[in-house]
Amino acid sequence: MTVSVLNQSGVLNRITGLFTRRQFNIESITVGPTEAEGISKMTFVVHVEDDRKMEQLTKQLNKQIDVLKVSDITDQAIVIRELALIKVISTPQTRGEIKGIIEPFRATIVDVAKDSVTVQIAGNFEKVETIIDLLRPYGIKEISRTGITALPRGSQKSVTDFKQYTILN
Amino acid sequence: MNQGGTVERIQPFHPCAIGLVGARSEKAFLFESKSLKDETNQLEGESMRANAKAETESVTGTMTGAEILIESLKRENVEIIFGYPGGAVLPIYDALYKNPIRHILTKHEQGAIHAAEGYARVSGKPGVVIATSGPGATNLITGITDAMMDSLPLVIFTGQVATNVIGSDAFQEADIIGITMPITKHNYQVRNLNDLPKIVKEAFHIATTGRPGPVLIDIPKDIANNETRPSFDHTVELPGYQPTIVPNILQIRKLTEAIATSQKPVILAGAGVLHAQASDELLAFAEETNIPVVNTLLGLGSFPADHPLFLGMGGMHGTYTANMAMYECDLLINFGARFDDRLTGNLKHFAPKAKVAHIDIDPAEIGKNVETHIPIVGDVKEALSQLLKEDKEIPEINEWLLHLEKYKRNFPLWLSDDEEGISPQRLVKMIHKFSKGEAIVSTDVGQHQMWVAQHYGFVRPNRWITSGGLGTMGFGLPAAIGAQFAEEEETVVAIVGDAGFQMTLQELAVIKEFDLPIKIFIFNNQALGMVRQWQEAFYEERYSQSLTPVQPDYVKLADSYGIRGFKVSTEKEAEEVIRETFNDRQPVLVDCRIKPMEKVFPMIAPGKGLHEMIGVKP
Repeated sequence: MTVSVLNQSGVLNRITGLFTRRQFNIESITVGPTEAEGISKMTFVVHVEDDRKMEQLTKQLNKQIDVLKVSDITDQAIVIRELALIKVISTPQTRGEIKGIIEPFRATIVDVAKDSVTVQIAGNFEKVETIIDLLRPYGIKEISRTGITALPRGSQKSVTDFKQYTILN
Repeated sequence: MNQGGTVERIQPFHPCAIGLVGARSEKAFLFESKSLKDETNQLEGESMRANAKAETESVTGTMTGAEILIESLKRENVEIIFGYPGGAVLPIYDALYKNPIRHILTKHEQGAIHAAEGYARVSGKPGVVIATSGPGATNLITGITDAMMDSLPLVIFTGQVATNVIGSDAFQEADIIGITMPITKHNYQVRNLNDLPKIVKEAFHIATTGRPGPVLIDIPKDIANNETRPSFDHTVELPGYQPTIVPNILQIRKLTEAIATSQKPVILAGAGVLHAQASDELLAFAEETNIPVVNTLLGLGSFPADHPLFLGMGGMHGTYTANMAMYECDLLINFGARFDDRLTGNLKHFAPKAKVAHIDIDPAEIGKNVETHIPIVGDVKEALSQLLKEDKEIPEINEWLLHLEKYKRNFPLWLSDDEEGISPQRLVKMIHKFSKGEAIVSTDVGQHQMWVAQHYGFVRPNRWITSGGLGTMGFGLPAAIGAQFAEEEETVVAIVGDAGFQMTLQELAVIKEFDLPIKIFIFNNQALGMVRQWQEAFYEERYSQSLTPVQPDYVKLADSYGIRGFKVSTEKEAEEVIRETFNDRQPVLVDCRIKPMEKVFPMIAPGKGLHEMIGVKP
């Protein structure tokens, strides 16, 4: 889900606190500025049991004064991206091999040291997981992941299951 | 205000300012002496703009943050402030001394905030509270939470250490913004002095509109000290806060259609009716459609208790009739109630056969606990007005009404006569009788609260002040004080338990100081009655820490505060004393020795459904 907020001090605390006290677990969260000045967008991955819980979460978020817009984009056609930096142990001998592995993923090597390379990968959750699995045999020294961010696609395929919440009836 | 050009500085003697430097203030000076001056530089650019506006606003010259605050409060028509001074709010209290608004100095910050709640509940206006940083602010927490749960409009100002020491664990520093985030409708920390008038305006707007609630403004000491040329010329613009007031007419029509086809409709009226001032409309609607009415605990008074369509309070200690009506109904129309668990009992058995219509100004309440078939977001008064205007088909429901009438006759509220001492239920009725049923009544939480809710019979709105959602002991006495300040001519009764009374009894001093003619009745069963009752029923009479035989002499206690006190142990004594106390306009405290083992019945045991009430008959 995505949440547009006024970029006030403490707003992240406000939103994450709400998740905690209403017993929702945040799997991942990303925050960044948007095209409009003073407005930030948060992208959350949250697992909810059912539609009613989701409706409640959406309404509670909407109740926050600093929240401008809440969208549940679960069932929409969306573009999802996560960026990961993976530092892999590598000798000059294995460097080529690693290059070969990451190439189909359109990942790049962004740093090279004597005994390691750092791979940068952008993609959805599964893609990032797959490349990590493939690189694991070489020995992963460190991973840093951004968490996912998302946008609904410009043209949506026919929306079949349109959910109606009672925000405005 | 201030039409003449400059802000007038009136300096009359102001009793509340006495002892300002006492209390919690001494050490605070040491830490805050280096008040920030660099803030002013930063504000230079802003003040140019403020200056231009100032001319139209007819305020010239600079003002300190504290002066701006007091001026802003006057512009919001604040008549009374409940508060307690201390180091971080010294500038604010100094501005208040120079430009007074009536200020009530309670004996504890908790007293101040509960008084503000009582004031707000009775007057419908926002209660205003000031407390200092750190302990002053944290002492407000219970009251803020209480106001949040029961949707009472409050605007709370807390002092804060100076901005240059925030985050350094300074003397009397507490992260009150972080602490109160989950228990306020919104909160602000003033970081830029020029924002202060706008923030105050927004705070009052947010507190009083939509679903009311507490809003807190945290003011660092240097912000209160710094000077600027203020502009009060702001319009409230909150893109993220646009409460829906006027309900969707299509949904209203859906409801009228549902009413037309219903055979067993029932109305559930909550405090939303009171907040919307929609009691008249509710009465008109119920009478027009002949649909019977159940009240929630907090909704009592929104529908006259002596009306033939009134079924009583619903919920855990509601009437059998009210609960069975909700259990058996085929249409439940909820006006401004939030389906609290104490009302619904086990959700599986709540209105199982009913189509549920829910009218609420807060969309998040709709569908939260009970699945709703006809959701209507909007102000209850608007919704009722629309419903009254619509062409309606009135269903034929005489059979249903007769059925409920039979319940009323066969399962009325009852009381036992098997023990020595005053029957608490009869005591409530006595108080009702001698106050002509017109008193403003506040209570604490527990058995006495339920007895009053069951037996007082409120016929008018905004006469009933109780802590519903949070269930705060110690609420009743200070809330009565606030109510009396809101309605100085009315009779205010505080009915409290012996335990709850002892939590906030220090506020007797306020009652004496202002000679508030509040009638305090302590329902004294020498126990934490409701705890004891549950231990008796569900814990095999293991009265763990619930019996309190050692008690102060309440008559002497009242006397030491200069308040008349009585102790009554029989109903005859009680009647004499009560009759007398309602005949004069003086504060009085009556220690009423009620039957210690008396229980609140009927009752829905925890986890049980509406239809599984116990103790419905003697």
